[in-house]
Amino acid sequence: MDIVEYCGVPRYLHSDFPLGNPCGKPYDSDMQLQIIQQGLGLIEHAQQARSTERTPFTWKDDNWRADYARIDDSNREELRLRGERRRQQQANDKAAGKSRAAMISEI
Amino acid sequence: MDQYDVPYMERTRNFYRAQGYSKDYQWAHYDDVPFTVLQKPLSKARIAVITTAMPDTEPGRAQRQVYASPSDPIPSVMYTDELSWHKTMTHTEDVASFLPLQQLRQCTQLNLIGDLTQRFYSIPTEYSQRNTIEKDAPEILALCQQDEVDVAILVPL
Repeated sequence: MDIVEYCGVPRYLHSDFPLGNPCGKPYDSDMQLQIIQQGLGLIEHAQQARSTERTPFTWKDDNWRADYARIDDSNREELRLRGERRRQQQANDKAAGKSRAAMISEI
Repeated sequence: MDQYDVPYMERTRNFYRAQGYSKDYQWAHYDDVPFTVLQKPLSKARIAVITTAMPDTEPGRAQRQVYASPSDPIPSVMYTDELSWHKTMTHTEDVASFLPLQQLRQCTQLNLIGDLTQRFYSIPTEYSQRNTIEKDAPEILALCQQDEVDVAILVPL
Protein backbone atom coordinates (compact mmCIF):
# COMPACT_ATOMS: atom_id res chain seq x y z
CA MET A 1 0.00 0.00 0.00
CA ASP A 2 2.78 2.44 0.91
CA ILE A 3 4.51 1.88 -2.45
CA VAL A 4 1.40 2.44 -4.57
CA GLU A 5 0.41 5.55 -2.63
CA TYR A 6 3.97 6.91 -2.80
CA CYS A 7 3.88 6.45 -6.58
CA GLY A 8 0.37 7.82 -6.98
CA VAL A 9 -2.31 6.19 -9.15
CA PRO A 10 -5.78 7.26 -10.28
CA ARG A 11 -7.64 4.57 -8.30
CA TYR A 12 -6.39 1.88 -5.96
CA LEU A 13 -8.17 -1.05 -4.34
CA HIS A 14 -6.02 -2.53 -1.58
CA SER A 15 -6.17 -6.19 -0.59
CA ASP A 16 -4.49 -6.54 2.80
CA PHE A 17 -3.09 -9.98 1.99
CA PRO A 18 0.41 -11.42 1.59
CA LEU A 19 1.72 -10.36 -1.83
CA GLY A 20 0.63 -12.79 -4.52
CA ASN A 21 -3.16 -12.91 -4.29
CA PRO A 22 -4.44 -9.35 -4.78
CA CYS A 23 -7.69 -10.62 -6.36
CA GLY A 24 -8.68 -12.81 -3.41
CA LYS A 25 -7.67 -15.97 -1.61
CA PRO A 26 -6.79 -18.91 -3.87
CA TYR A 27 -9.84 -20.96 -4.89
CA ASP A 28 -12.27 -18.61 -3.10
CA SER A 29 -14.25 -17.60 -6.17
CA ASP A 30 -16.96 -15.81 -4.15
CA MET A 31 -14.37 -13.53 -2.56
CA GLN A 32 -12.64 -13.03 -5.93
CA LEU A 33 -15.92 -11.92 -7.52
CA GLN A 34 -16.68 -9.55 -4.65
CA ILE A 35 -13.23 -7.97 -4.90
CA ILE A 36 -13.45 -7.33 -8.64
CA GLN A 37 -16.93 -5.90 -8.15
CA GLN A 38 -15.60 -3.52 -5.51
CA GLY A 39 -12.84 -2.53 -7.92
CA LEU A 40 -15.37 -1.88 -10.67
CA GLY A 41 -17.38 0.25 -8.24
CA LEU A 42 -14.28 2.31 -7.52
CA ILE A 43 -13.69 2.80 -11.25
CA GLU A 44 -17.23 4.01 -11.65
CA HIS A 45 -17.56 6.27 -8.61
CA ALA A 46 -14.12 7.77 -7.95
CA GLN A 47 -14.06 11.50 -8.57
CA GLN A 48 -10.37 12.27 -8.15
CA ALA A 49 -6.89 10.82 -8.45
CA ARG A 50 -5.43 8.84 -5.54
CA SER A 51 -8.83 7.39 -4.65
CA THR A 52 -8.04 4.43 -2.38
CA GLU A 53 -10.32 1.77 -0.93
CA ARG A 54 -9.64 -1.41 1.01
CA THR A 55 -11.38 -4.72 0.59
CA PRO A 56 -13.20 -5.91 3.75
CA PHE A 57 -11.32 -9.23 3.79
CA THR A 58 -8.55 -10.44 6.09
CA TRP A 59 -6.03 -13.26 5.76
CA LYS A 60 -6.44 -16.25 8.08
CA ASP A 61 -3.87 -14.90 10.52
CA ASP A 62 -1.40 -12.02 10.76
CA ASN A 63 1.92 -13.91 10.90
CA TRP A 64 2.74 -12.87 7.35
CA ARG A 65 3.08 -9.20 8.30
CA ALA A 66 6.18 -9.75 10.43
CA ASP A 67 7.50 -12.47 8.11
CA TYR A 68 7.83 -10.35 4.95
CA ALA A 69 11.51 -9.62 4.22
CA ARG A 70 12.38 -10.62 7.78
CA ILE A 71 16.01 -10.09 8.81
CA ASP A 72 17.37 -11.58 12.02
CA ASP A 73 20.37 -13.53 13.26
CA SER A 74 19.06 -16.72 11.66
CA ASN A 75 19.34 -15.41 8.10
CA ARG A 76 21.75 -12.45 8.21
CA GLU A 77 24.74 -14.38 6.90
CA GLU A 78 22.65 -16.19 4.31
CA LEU A 79 21.39 -12.85 2.97
CA ARG A 80 24.89 -11.46 2.71
CA LEU A 81 26.02 -14.50 0.72
CA ARG A 82 22.92 -14.35 -1.43
CA GLY A 83 23.74 -10.75 -2.34
CA GLU A 84 27.25 -11.78 -3.36
CA ARG A 85 25.92 -14.58 -5.57
CA ARG A 86 23.39 -12.25 -7.11
CA ARG A 87 25.95 -9.59 -7.97
CA GLN A 88 28.04 -12.29 -9.63
CA GLN A 89 24.97 -13.45 -11.57
CA GLN A 90 24.22 -9.87 -12.63
CA ALA A 91 27.77 -9.46 -13.86
CA ASN A 92 27.46 -12.70 -15.84
CA ASP A 93 24.10 -11.63 -17.30
CA LYS A 94 25.51 -8.29 -18.32
CA ALA A 95 28.49 -9.97 -19.96
CA ALA A 96 26.05 -12.25 -21.81
CA GLY A 97 24.17 -9.23 -23.14
CA LYS A 98 21.02 -9.48 -20.99
CA SER A 99 19.62 -5.98 -20.74
CA ARG A 100 17.16 -6.51 -17.92
CA ALA A 101 18.05 -7.56 -14.40
CA ALA A 102 16.02 -10.36 -12.85
CA MET A 103 14.16 -9.23 -9.75
CA ILE A 104 15.15 -10.37 -6.28
CA SER A 105 12.39 -12.88 -5.76
CA GLU A 106 13.46 -14.82 -2.67
CA ILE A 107 11.75 -12.75 -0.02
CA MET B 1 -4.38 -9.83 16.45
CA ASP B 2 -1.52 -7.70 15.22
CA GLN B 3 -2.84 -5.81 12.24
CA TYR B 4 -0.84 -3.03 10.66
CA ASP B 5 0.01 -2.05 7.11
CA VAL B 6 3.28 -3.73 6.22
CA PRO B 7 5.90 -0.99 5.62
CA TYR B 8 7.04 -2.47 2.32
CA MET B 9 9.40 0.34 1.37
CA GLU B 10 11.28 0.19 4.66
CA ARG B 11 11.37 -3.61 4.69
CA THR B 12 12.58 -3.76 1.10
CA ARG B 13 15.26 -1.13 1.71
CA ASN B 14 16.59 -3.07 4.70
CA PHE B 15 16.39 -6.38 2.84
CA TYR B 16 18.55 -5.07 0.01
CA ARG B 17 21.01 -3.49 2.44
CA ALA B 18 21.32 -6.87 4.20
CA GLN B 19 22.38 -8.29 0.85
CA GLY B 20 25.14 -5.74 0.55
CA TYR B 21 23.52 -3.21 -1.77
CA SER B 22 24.66 0.26 -0.81
CA LYS B 23 22.37 2.26 -3.08
CA ASP B 24 18.70 2.27 -2.04
CA TYR B 25 16.07 1.69 -4.66
CA GLN B 26 14.27 4.81 -5.83
CA TRP B 27 10.57 4.18 -6.18
CA ALA B 28 8.60 6.09 -8.76
CA HIS B 29 6.89 9.14 -7.26
CA TYR B 30 4.52 11.61 -8.86
CA ASP B 31 3.05 14.81 -7.44
CA ASP B 32 0.56 15.02 -10.29
CA VAL B 33 -1.46 11.90 -10.98
CA PRO B 34 -3.65 11.68 -14.09
CA PHE B 35 -7.34 11.04 -13.64
CA THR B 36 -10.34 10.70 -15.94
CA VAL B 37 -13.90 10.03 -14.86
CA LEU B 38 -15.49 7.14 -16.65
CA GLN B 39 -16.65 8.31 -20.06
CA LYS B 40 -19.43 5.74 -20.50
CA PRO B 41 -21.38 3.39 -18.25
CA LEU B 42 -19.35 0.39 -17.10
CA SER B 43 -22.05 -1.82 -18.58
CA LYS B 44 -20.95 -0.57 -22.01
CA ALA B 45 -17.22 -0.35 -21.32
CA ARG B 46 -14.50 -2.64 -22.62
CA ILE B 47 -12.12 -3.73 -19.87
CA ALA B 48 -8.47 -4.79 -20.22
CA VAL B 49 -6.34 -6.50 -17.59
CA ILE B 50 -2.62 -5.85 -17.18
CA THR B 51 -0.61 -8.24 -15.02
CA THR B 52 3.01 -8.37 -13.89
CA ALA B 53 2.97 -12.17 -14.33
CA MET B 54 4.51 -13.51 -17.53
CA PRO B 55 2.92 -16.13 -19.81
CA ASP B 56 3.98 -19.67 -18.88
CA THR B 57 5.56 -20.23 -22.27
CA GLU B 58 9.15 -20.70 -23.36
CA PRO B 59 9.56 -17.01 -24.29
CA GLY B 60 7.61 -15.90 -21.20
CA ARG B 61 9.91 -17.84 -18.90
CA ALA B 62 13.07 -16.79 -20.73
CA GLN B 63 12.49 -13.09 -21.31
CA ARG B 64 10.47 -10.71 -19.16
CA GLN B 65 8.88 -8.21 -21.53
CA VAL B 66 5.46 -6.99 -22.72
CA TYR B 67 3.24 -9.81 -23.98
CA ALA B 68 -0.37 -9.95 -25.19
CA SER B 69 -2.00 -13.34 -24.52
CA PRO B 70 -5.49 -14.67 -25.31
CA SER B 71 -8.08 -14.08 -22.57
CA ASP B 72 -9.97 -17.15 -23.76
CA PRO B 73 -9.27 -19.85 -22.81
CA ILE B 74 -8.14 -18.43 -19.49
CA PRO B 75 -4.60 -19.68 -18.81
CA SER B 76 -4.48 -22.32 -16.10
CA VAL B 77 -1.01 -21.23 -15.03
CA MET B 78 1.15 -18.10 -15.27
CA TYR B 79 4.90 -17.73 -14.74
CA THR B 80 5.40 -15.92 -11.42
CA ASP B 81 8.66 -17.44 -10.12
CA GLU B 82 10.75 -14.33 -10.71
CA LEU B 83 8.38 -11.96 -8.91
CA SER B 84 8.65 -10.85 -5.29
CA TRP B 85 5.44 -12.23 -3.86
CA HIS B 86 5.25 -13.79 -0.41
CA LYS B 87 6.42 -17.30 -1.20
CA THR B 88 6.54 -18.61 2.37
CA MET B 89 2.93 -17.63 3.03
CA THR B 90 0.90 -18.27 -0.11
CA HIS B 91 1.03 -19.56 -3.68
CA THR B 92 -0.02 -18.53 -7.18
CA GLU B 93 -1.48 -21.83 -8.35
CA ASP B 94 -4.97 -20.33 -8.65
CA VAL B 95 -4.59 -17.86 -11.52
CA ALA B 96 -7.84 -16.10 -10.57
CA SER B 97 -6.23 -15.02 -7.29
CA PHE B 98 -4.05 -12.54 -9.19
CA LEU B 99 -5.40 -12.39 -12.77
CA PRO B 100 -9.11 -11.55 -12.66
CA LEU B 101 -10.23 -12.93 -16.03
CA GLN B 102 -12.68 -15.50 -14.67
CA GLN B 103 -14.42 -13.00 -12.41
CA LEU B 104 -14.56 -10.35 -15.16
CA ARG B 105 -16.12 -12.92 -17.45
CA GLN B 106 -18.77 -13.42 -14.76
CA CYS B 107 -19.22 -9.64 -14.60
CA THR B 108 -19.85 -9.62 -18.35
CA GLN B 109 -22.53 -12.27 -17.91
CA LEU B 110 -24.07 -10.17 -15.12
CA ASN B 111 -24.04 -7.14 -17.48
CA LEU B 112 -21.89 -5.20 -15.03
CA ILE B 113 -19.34 -4.51 -17.77
CA GLY B 114 -19.61 -4.34 -21.56
CA ASP B 115 -16.94 -6.85 -22.39
CA LEU B 116 -13.41 -8.03 -21.71
CA THR B 117 -10.68 -7.59 -24.31
CA GLN B 118 -9.74 -10.73 -26.20
CA ARG B 119 -6.17 -10.32 -24.99
CA PHE B 120 -4.70 -9.50 -21.61
CA TYR B 121 -1.29 -7.89 -21.27
CA SER B 122 1.83 -8.76 -19.27
CA ILE B 123 4.23 -6.02 -18.20
CA PRO B 124 7.53 -6.82 -16.46
CA THR B 125 8.36 -5.35 -13.08
CA GLU B 126 11.58 -3.42 -13.44
CA TYR B 127 14.33 -1.85 -11.40
CA SER B 128 14.75 0.56 -14.29
CA GLN B 129 12.05 3.25 -14.38
CA ARG B 130 13.39 4.23 -17.78
CA ASN B 131 12.59 0.81 -19.24
CA THR B 132 9.05 1.02 -17.88
CA ILE B 133 8.39 4.61 -18.94
CA GLU B 134 10.11 4.67 -22.32
CA LYS B 135 9.62 1.11 -23.55
CA ASP B 136 7.02 -1.01 -21.76
CA ALA B 137 4.33 1.57 -20.96
CA PRO B 138 4.11 2.85 -24.58
CA GLU B 139 3.76 -0.78 -25.78
CA ILE B 140 0.91 -1.35 -23.32
CA LEU B 141 -0.75 1.90 -24.42
CA ALA B 142 -0.51 0.83 -28.07
CA LEU B 143 -2.13 -2.53 -27.23
CA CYS B 144 -4.95 -0.74 -25.35
CA GLN B 145 -5.53 1.51 -28.34
CA GLN B 146 -5.51 -1.40 -30.81
CA ASP B 147 -8.05 -3.24 -28.66
CA GLU B 148 -10.19 -0.08 -28.15
CA VAL B 149 -10.00 -0.33 -24.39
CA ASP B 150 -12.12 1.94 -22.19
CA VAL B 151 -10.81 0.83 -18.80
CA ALA B 152 -7.44 -0.75 -17.95
CA ILE B 153 -7.04 -2.58 -14.65
CA LEU B 154 -3.44 -3.08 -13.52
CA VAL B 155 -3.03 -5.97 -11.09
CA PRO B 156 0.57 -6.25 -9.88
CA LEU B 157 1.58 -9.28 -7.85
